[in-house]
Amino acid sequence: MADIRNNFVGIKSPNPFWLASAPPTDKAYNVIRAFKAGWGGVVWKTLGEEGPPVVNVNGPRYGAIWGADRRLLGLNNIELITDRDLQTNLREMKQVKMDWPDRALIASIMVPCEEASWKAILPLVEETNADGIELNFGCPHGMSERGMGAAVGQVPEYIEMVVRWCKQYTRMPVITKLTPNITDIRKPARAAHAGGTDAVSLINTINSITGVDLDSFAPMPTIDGKGSHGGYCGPAVKPIAMNMVAEIARDPETRGLPISGIGGITTWRDAAEFLALGAGNVQVCTAAMTYGFKIVQEMIAGLENWMDEKGHRTLDDVIGRATPNVTDWQYLNLNYIAKARIDQDACIKCGRCHIACEDTSHQAITNMVDGVRHFEVIEAECVGCNLCVNVCPVDNCITMEPLAVGAIDQRTGKPVSPIYANWTTHPNNPMAKVAAE
Amino acid sequence: MPEGQFKEGIVGGRLAADQYADNFSDLHPPLDHHEALVESDRCYFCYDAPCMNACPTSIDIPLFIRQISTGNPIGSAKTIFDQNILGGMCARVCPTETLCEEVCVREVAEGKPVQIGRLQRYATDVAMAENKQFYPRPEPTGKTVAVVGAGPAGLAAAHRLARHGHDVTILEARPKAGGLNEYGIAAYKSVDNFAQAEVDYVTSIGGIDIQNGKALGRDYQLSDLIRNYDAVFLGMGLGGVNALRADGEDAAGVTNAVEFIAELRQASDLSGLPVGRRVVVIGGGMTAIDAAVQSKLLGAEEVTICYRRGQEHMNASGFEQDLAAANGVTIRHWLQPKRVVAEGGKVSAIELEYTAMNGDRLAGTGETLTLVADQVFKAIGQSFVPAALNGSGASIELEAGRIKVDAEGRTSLAKVWAGGDCIFGGDDLTVSAVAQGRDAAESINRSLMQG
Repeated sequence: MADIRNNFVGIKSPNPFWLASAPPTDKAYNVIRAFKAGWGGVVWKTLGEEGPPVVNVNGPRYGAIWGADRRLLGLNNIELITDRDLQTNLREMKQVKMDWPDRALIASIMVPCEEASWKAILPLVEETNADGIELNFGCPHGMSERGMGAAVGQVPEYIEMVVRWCKQYTRMPVITKLTPNITDIRKPARAAHAGGTDAVSLINTINSITGVDLDSFAPMPTIDGKGSHGGYCGPAVKPIAMNMVAEIARDPETRGLPISGIGGITTWRDAAEFLALGAGNVQVCTAAMTYGFKIVQEMIAGLENWMDEKGHRTLDDVIGRATPNVTDWQYLNLNYIAKARIDQDACIKCGRCHIACEDTSHQAITNMVDGVRHFEVIEAECVGCNLCVNVCPVDNCITMEPLAVGAIDQRTGKPVSPIYANWTTHPNNPMAKVAAE
Repeated sequence: MPEGQFKEGIVGGRLAADQYADNFSDLHPPLDHHEALVESDRCYFCYDAPCMNACPTSIDIPLFIRQISTGNPIGSAKTIFDQNILGGMCARVCPTETLCEEVCVREVAEGKPVQIGRLQRYATDVAMAENKQFYPRPEPTGKTVAVVGAGPAGLAAAHRLARHGHDVTILEARPKAGGLNEYGIAAYKSVDNFAQAEVDYVTSIGGIDIQNGKALGRDYQLSDLIRNYDAVFLGMGLGGVNALRADGEDAAGVTNAVEFIAELRQASDLSGLPVGRRVVVIGGGMTAIDAAVQSKLLGAEEVTICYRRGQEHMNASGFEQDLAAANGVTIRHWLQPKRVVAEGGKVSAIELEYTAMNGDRLAGTGETLTLVADQVFKAIGQSFVPAALNGSGASIELEAGRIKVDAEGRTSLAKVWAGGDCIFGGDDLTVSAVAQGRDAAESINRSLMQG
């Protein structure tokens, strides 16, 4: 049986599934329910400094987009950090940690970008026996207007400065949560690393407007006729998050820096993909907010079964395994040739592969053969683009089959070369590193 | 227990008064907004969609379903009506299980097609509830067209002609328009007087004058129409009912199923409608099923359909056969009527003979079976009655007993087109009649605008 116990910067949890800092972790009641359901850890919803708590809007705080059957694909929110009193949160955190010692409990913190503020709150948090802290440098709405959250996360120098304060004033491990609302995720990661962070977590939410009310002409969610960008999350952001995780994992300057992966993780498979790209564990929010805490049972069993099936004994056998395979486009093998193939037994003849290819791509799929509705790849036209695979409604009906070395590519009439050759050496590349001769 | 439940003979009141409304409620209740969205999301928006190709009126089904899913039911309704102005009725009565839904790729993939018929009803209901009229009546062309019969073919033809600006007069023998939609379809398939609502919706375009109680051959002749109008469309359907060719079929209690169905549809109080205690229906098509199921729903104790060939030969779809079975109708095969047994002039039983294929010919085996029956319905097909056409002038060319037309619906007579069940090749489907009426109207328009 696979062992999925997690040790993330010294913080132990029975599995790598943590709940991200968000509404599901705002108070003891929810967190206890989560632990009962099986979650390995929680990052408590972000604490602010002592004093009158923040206030939230009292209208809609969430907006969404949906796929077929109104499956939630993306969620955005304009909720701020916890709007509960600091002492109440601290008291509950301490009690929960006492009652659930085997689970990870992390405190997310956001206070003004001043040394005194951080210095003041850290001992209070330490008092709770929390396993670590997460610095919220990601919240893209509301708090950022007050110079906190993403306003810090967008300035690498601030990140480094605050991380340094935290490392100075607490013994707890420091996880720095990054905002994706920047152009190059490596810069804030490097800054956190330079400040001495124990880990980074990403991504926080993405600036977004989920819809426009076409009667009132107001963005959604709409508060009394107005809307503000919210933070976008859920399955729709997973590809963006995974790229950012991979970028940090393979950056020579941050290689080896522990990463807690966040962004649209909904199933065990999503989690396994993040781990493979270099995340040391994962944090989940939207999936729990969509389906409830029980989903973790599917995640645990799914991850274990897959690991058993593949012979991976511990998470370390999986973490970072895909990282070396993430490369730059210029290093992709241009001599690799694949062709789409349609499994005629699985094909339900919807014709979408044909029309996608015919209208928008390479005219490489038939729709009629000898007067009969029939969809088949015309190899002489197929560039192997994979669009047909992506639009086909039947899993595994269309597959990309690599041509063997020596086989003739009917599109070019040339045999498949055994030699790895990429753009850097391609004759069409004016910057080619090898002389034309 | 209602008094009449087990009464011998053909009587009404076999059920408790409130049972009738339940029994004759909508067979396929309309999808509500949520159901329509869930169902529309199942459509894959196929290319050159098989459903569309299977539809006799070629409705762009993927497009209309996509319009429902994007919150545009009005646009969806227009997509439907562009091809089939009787899309509302077709949504209710089409045997979708043998047309669009049979070839739906999700039927292929999962054995569960998108419910195209019910989605079509959803969209058309929304538009008709708003009386949304999509087709403005253009400037009148001054051309006049006579349409014989206000059934699906005639109405579809009339609407398309009116869209082109021609003035249409529909001559209908019955007191109401609608044809089989009004008189020939089981009540639970068209509740709430939908057929008349649809006639009103179709004729709202203007330029269509329906004259009821005008029968061809009785009140006017074809030659009159040819003389007085610029073009004529014949869509009078089938007037005759095939005989059993069994001894004693004149006995009281032996009835044409189509008349029973019509009477039921026109009845204002179903509890007053008499039905036998033990009913035998002879036939294997939709009419047989409609008569049998409705007999059962009226409270008949035993209803048996007897069909002279095997299950696989029945014209009634699998869905319809299941519907009959679910309602407690027994379907028996390889039995043909031989003799109606009467007592005191009233049917008391029917003697049937077993049949078998003798090479490729069906023949009686000599073995017989007698079923006790106080009511027998004949549902062995209808026939075209050409006599009305031949009152004066040149006679029209027939083929296999029905009017012969070309691909555009032109008959052998100049200025005369035909469509629906009365033409050779008519297949007893509302939707096909609509397609033929519509296409003939286009042909008429081309012809009128050339001259």
